[in-house]
Amino acid sequence: MGFRDLFSRFAGDDWGVHPDDHKRPAADRAVRVMPVPERLYLPLQQHLGAPARPVVLVGQHVRKGEVLAEAQGMVSAPIHAPTSGTVVAVSEITAPHPSGLTLPAIILEADGDDAWCELAGCADPFALDPAEIGRRVAAAGVVGLGGAAFPSAVKLGGAARAGVTTLVINGGECEPYLSCDDRLMRDRAADIVDGIRIMRHASGARVARVGIEDNKPEAIAAMRAAAGDDVEIRPVPARYPMGSEKQLIQVLTGIEVPADGRPADVGVVVHNVGTALAVRAAVREGRPLISRLLTVNGQCAADPGNVEVRLGTLAEAVIAFAGGLKGDGLGLARRVMGGPMMGMQIPHWRVPVVKGTSGLLALAGTEVADQEASPCIRCGSCVRACPMGLLPLEMSSRIRNAAYAEAIDFGLKDCIACGCCAYVCPSRIPLVQYFVHAKGELAAQDRTRLRNEATKKLAVQRLERLEREAREKAEAAARRKAEREAAAAAKAAAEAAAVNSEKQGESA
Amino acid sequence: MSDFLLLLLSTALVNNVVLIKFLGLCPVMGVSKSVDSALGMGLATTFVITLAAGASWMLDNWLLQPLGLGYLRILTFILVIAAVVQFTEMFIRKASPGLYQSLGIYLPLITTNCAVLGVALLNVEQKFSLLKSLLYGFGSALGFTIVLLIFAGLRERVALARVPAAFAGAPVAFVTISLLALAFMGFSGLNV
Amino acid sequence: MIAAILSLTLLGAVLGVVLGVANKFLQVEGNPVVEELIAMMPGSNCGQCGFPGCSGAAAAIADGSAAPTCCPPGGKALASAIAARLGLAVDLSAMADDGPRIAVVAEELCIGCCRCAKVCPTDAIVGAAKQVHNVFREACTGCSSCIEKCPTEALAMQPVPVTLQHWVMPRPLAA
Repeated sequence: MGFRDLFSRFAGDDWGVHPDDHKRPAADRAVRVMPVPERLYLPLQQHLGAPARPVVLVGQHVRKGEVLAEAQGMVSAPIHAPTSGTVVAVSEITAPHPSGLTLPAIILEADGDDAWCELAGCADPFALDPAEIGRRVAAAGVVGLGGAAFPSAVKLGGAARAGVTTLVINGGECEPYLSCDDRLMRDRAADIVDGIRIMRHASGARVARVGIEDNKPEAIAAMRAAAGDDVEIRPVPARYPMGSEKQLIQVLTGIEVPADGRPADVGVVVHNVGTALAVRAAVREGRPLISRLLTVNGQCAADPGNVEVRLGTLAEAVIAFAGGLKGDGLGLARRVMGGPMMGMQIPHWRVPVVKGTSGLLALAGTEVADQEASPCIRCGSCVRACPMGLLPLEMSSRIRNAAYAEAIDFGLKDCIACGCCAYVCPSRIPLVQYFVHAKGELAAQDRTRLRNEATKKLAVQRLERLEREAREKAEAAARRKAEREAAAAAKAAAEAAAVNSEKQGESA
Repeated sequence: MSDFLLLLLSTALVNNVVLIKFLGLCPVMGVSKSVDSALGMGLATTFVITLAAGASWMLDNWLLQPLGLGYLRILTFILVIAAVVQFTEMFIRKASPGLYQSLGIYLPLITTNCAVLGVALLNVEQKFSLLKSLLYGFGSALGFTIVLLIFAGLRERVALARVPAAFAGAPVAFVTISLLALAFMGFSGLNV
Repeated sequence: MIAAILSLTLLGAVLGVVLGVANKFLQVEGNPVVEELIAMMPGSNCGQCGFPGCSGAAAAIADGSAAPTCCPPGGKALASAIAARLGLAVDLSAMADDGPRIAVVAEELCIGCCRCAKVCPTDAIVGAAKQVHNVFREACTGCSSCIEKCPTEALAMQPVPVTLQHWVMPRPLAA
């Protein structure tokens, strides 16, 4: 037993927080399927990486499942038509983002037929080459449905290249309020297990392990019944942020992912249960990702539950379909897309549901901690709560004084922005907001640095060009001069010859 | 042996050159904004004080006293100190341009650091042997460096704290160093 | 009296010789810090700092007559890098940062005189004689040296709109 184990035995292994989960009764209600709305708003960037490039024209009629925008670059994902209809515009709409900025989106008007295009499925995906599965998943625009929306094909391909041995499936759903993954596991356990097997085949892993928090006994039972011997279902303690990649890996495999490494470095790849389902649909039936399950919840939601919606549906319409807001939304304090811990506060409901939207929360004043921050009392609660073992109070005081480099020394780059520190802070210091700010600021500084390097290159190239031009000019001038001289010499020679011949003529 | 150890302890802690004798306050206030430059300053000053203590002892015992030129003591000491500082400056400039840049004006100002001249003069007063006076110089310089480092560390923390606007900057630094001086007074109870 | 004069003279002479020899051995060619700073600078010699070119600014920063924050195209990234190199404390929040600005050509005013393209330090302006010119967004560093060359005031500096990719969450108000 090493010193480290001894230490953790004494210190206890109590990272994370235990917020009230508020998952029921929404989790126990049957899924409602929302009909296709009249208009769908499909942002070109619904994933991490480069935005997709539109390949349709305004006025063009598309069928359900046709590609509207294709992936560009290494990390990207295409966007498909969630229903059949006509492209009416490509324009800027409010992004599902706390900044309230706009982003370009394709606006599709549904024709009501909801007619599929031809789909190329595959009856036996295990006979396919793993790379071919990756291509199909990429073509279907599948991204991580847990919230980060990282293109799944990139992850699968990277895992196969890195030679991972373990596929970890995240059924933790540790965010309070959300229950869409829980619902999926209860209702479609067999399909999820099939998807897990396909992903295991595609990533080249030998072991597939599903971690499900123990506050979802129904989901655990359903998954156990569906899984054979080859897919392990492991209950994990309910604790936020259990669903975070590095934490889940540590709990399920005992491996700690190094600070600046990725799970693939230790032979693990993590996917969400929803992603498993989407991968199965993409490979078996050739169906692209055009809809998702999300949770409508919060004290202000009149009828909380899980709703299956087409991507691009406005949050407004989803809320209205799911029973609207209590008291016409007068008690509404905050609109959140995603979970309450890591989700985004959105400015209004007129933003579309995107691939990474796991929930829509209408939170009342009693559910949001909107108190003014007091000074830090150095209680160390945040240090204990931090799942990454960082010192949030030290980092935040550095960031407050704009000493970003020092904050990095304290491990800012390892921060996963889970929000545990801000959640437990008795002084209500917005710790995680500091970290998100600092990460953005550092990214901005990186961009300026790259830009400066590019500028330097351009400046050098310009100097070279000016030199080359000057040299060429000088050479051209020299050549012309030489030509002139040669011409003059030739002329003189000719004249001399003429004179000579005249002389000869005379003499003759 | 214990004699030497006690001398070192008493010069470094009990009779600390900065906090008990109040010598060399200018660099302590000036170069204590970051621990890195404080360490550089401390090392440079240690070098100068130790060398100056030895050199001044030799001058005093081998030149000034035999010739009865005690009244030239300050003059000659300053001369020696200035030369040592010049040498140190050249060396640092060559060895570590970054440190040279961050010490800035305070590096040549070691010449006028009263701790350097003070230690040399006190040294002569004590009538030590050469070895002991070297130790005396080194111990005092060690005390200077310790205080500089502690104070720089404190100031790095204070810079993060939320200080009332009227106290921000130098005032809170003075409050901090006075508390540090109080703490160092505790060493006088050691009775060495 | 004689002894005093002699001894002081001797002392001075000895120390002088020692320092002279030391100076010979510890000679520093130029200022290595300036060279390093020049390597860090954008190198477009745009002159926004008020010095003739990046090397002038680097020398001024090294001898302390200019702040590390004097380079607008370098921004906070460069300022903090220089400050870290020189061991200076730098107040980044004081740095004027109203977002990057780039030159934009008003097409209806441009007469295609090519004067702006000639002064651009990064060749960010393209256009042939009597043709409307245009500015490459990616290459423009916002140095605004082209603005005053334009005879028809067709060039203007405009802020680059903030996009989702560039948005930075504001720092929470001090608690």
